Amino acid sequence: MAAFLFILPDSLGLLIFVGIPMALALSLGFFSVDGFGGYKFVWFANYNRMLHDPLFLKSLWVTVVYVLVLVPGLYVTGLGLALLVSQKIPFIAVWRSLFFMPYVVSLVVVGLTWKVMLIDKVGFVNSVLELLHLPSRSWLGDPNLALGAILLVTIWFLMGYYMIIFLSGLQEIPREYYEVARIDGAGPWAMFMKITLPLLRPTSFFVLLVSTVSAVAGGQAFDLIYVMTKGGPANSTSLAVFYIYEQAFQFNNYGYAAAMASFLVIILLLITIALFALTRGGRFHLG
Amino acid sequence: MSAPISSGFHFGRWMLFLSTALLAILTASPLVWMISAAFKQPAEIFNSSLIPQHPTLENFRYVFTQLPFVRYVLNTFFIAGTITVVALLFHSMAGFAFARLKFPGRDLIFLSIFSTFLVSLPVIIVPLFILVQRLGMVNNYAGLIIPAIFNAFGIFLLRQFYLGIPGELQEAAIIDGASYWGIYWNIMLPLSRPILSALAVFFFLVNWNAFLWPLTITTNQDLWVVQVAIASFQNQYSASWNYIMAASAVVTVPTLLLFFFFQRELVESIKTTGLK
Repeated sequence: MAAFLFILPDSLGLLIFVGIPMALALSLGFFSVDGFGGYKFVWFANYNRMLHDPLFLKSLWVTVVYVLVLVPGLYVTGLGLALLVSQKIPFIAVWRSLFFMPYVVSLVVVGLTWKVMLIDKVGFVNSVLELLHLPSRSWLGDPNLALGAILLVTIWFLMGYYMIIFLSGLQEIPREYYEVARIDGAGPWAMFMKITLPLLRPTSFFVLLVSTVSAVAGGQAFDLIYVMTKGGPANSTSLAVFYIYEQAFQFNNYGYAAAMASFLVIILLLITIALFALTRGGRFHLG
Repeated sequence: MSAPISSGFHFGRWMLFLSTALLAILTASPLVWMISAAFKQPAEIFNSSLIPQHPTLENFRYVFTQLPFVRYVLNTFFIAGTITVVALLFHSMAGFAFARLKFPGRDLIFLSIFSTFLVSLPVIIVPLFILVQRLGMVNNYAGLIIPAIFNAFGIFLLRQFYLGIPGELQEAAIIDGASYWGIYWNIMLPLSRPILSALAVFFFLVNWNAFLWPLTITTNQDLWVVQVAIASFQNQYSASWNYIMAASAVVTVPTLLLFFFFQRELVESIKTTGLK
């Protein structure tokens, strides 16, 4: 019985602040909530509205593009950096720290700093481009460029985290495999394709799962947009999580926001199930 | 993956060294630029030089004297510190029970806790806000602190750690008549000091940097945390980037110091979230 007392505070807390909100997230979408906390059951009205809301459909499209660039982008930069910093190079610990450093800075500061650096004409990035005789651009003001700029900042922020994850995966590959392969005359590329990638499968699975979930609904998807573009210009950076937040807390459409959020939850569940099925569990086991 | 042994060994290694160094410095440069901009005068702020020509402390003076920034810093210290301490206590208790005690439904409860791992705040923020509002926790410290304590990550990590402690210690203590609480408090907690300090750094950082929840749950400026404060400076002082960069530097320096002093611990706790 004493055991239950040990798990009581956390179990209760998780139930109240994660479990119940999760259950509510899936059901609140069937209600319309007015400003005075009155609830009215409205069947599928919110869902119907959602499917006919061009701004929501636009935000879904923006999210799809964001996920399709971010997930491979983080995989390649994370693995690339991990391979780079697992070489024997002088001061390697210093370079490793510098790659990881952006990840400890808050997203608000990251967003503000990049916003100033990306300012039209006079910003740091445009000045450097001018020095190199390249055209200066309105990075956050051009609907064709803003999402790309946000994606670059996001990759810059997160790549150090995935570098660490890949590094721990690389360290678990026995060195003898490479030695044997070298004796057999295998080049670096063959070793990478035949040893590194296959043995990294569990790590890759974890990285794909976590980066996909965080691309769809992670904190960075909201914080950076809030600070840098507020979804603009012309809704070109309005990610679904940002649009949902706007609907809930600017326009007080709680029921509608919950309906859209539950749609995201279902998509996330489907992605998770698909990833587990495709990789046969990814050999990702608890404990 | 060691360097290939060939005649191009030295040249190749030098190229590798130079490109890694260049890439790493490039990665860090935006942060250097931000710190440098904090010391620049308004006229200089967009100067692409990384070293201020006429360094000034005026921006910091303004942030600390013309704005209640000290209050925001203290708020954040109090909130992030409380969350960290309480979370470590609760998570180590739960982790200990899941790893070392036998009780009905243990694995099922653990699995349901673990399944909350992938639930992110933006997905549940609307119902969470409504719930916390009903509990009367809008615009007070309770609302800022309590919901942020609970996460599956800490429980999972500590359970992993306690699973690795040899069982003899616990059995010997039981023979000596120790209670479960005694085993937890006198044996397990002291043993887990390294992982607790790693998690403490991690939790403090995460909560120092937290933005979305404090933004949602507070409208009262007296309760603002630093991240909410600097994000809203942007709206109030839209042209005064030098002040905003100074405030950003003040907010960032503690996290960078924590990072440099506890880098090993931080990296270890991140690695453990990967696979093991």
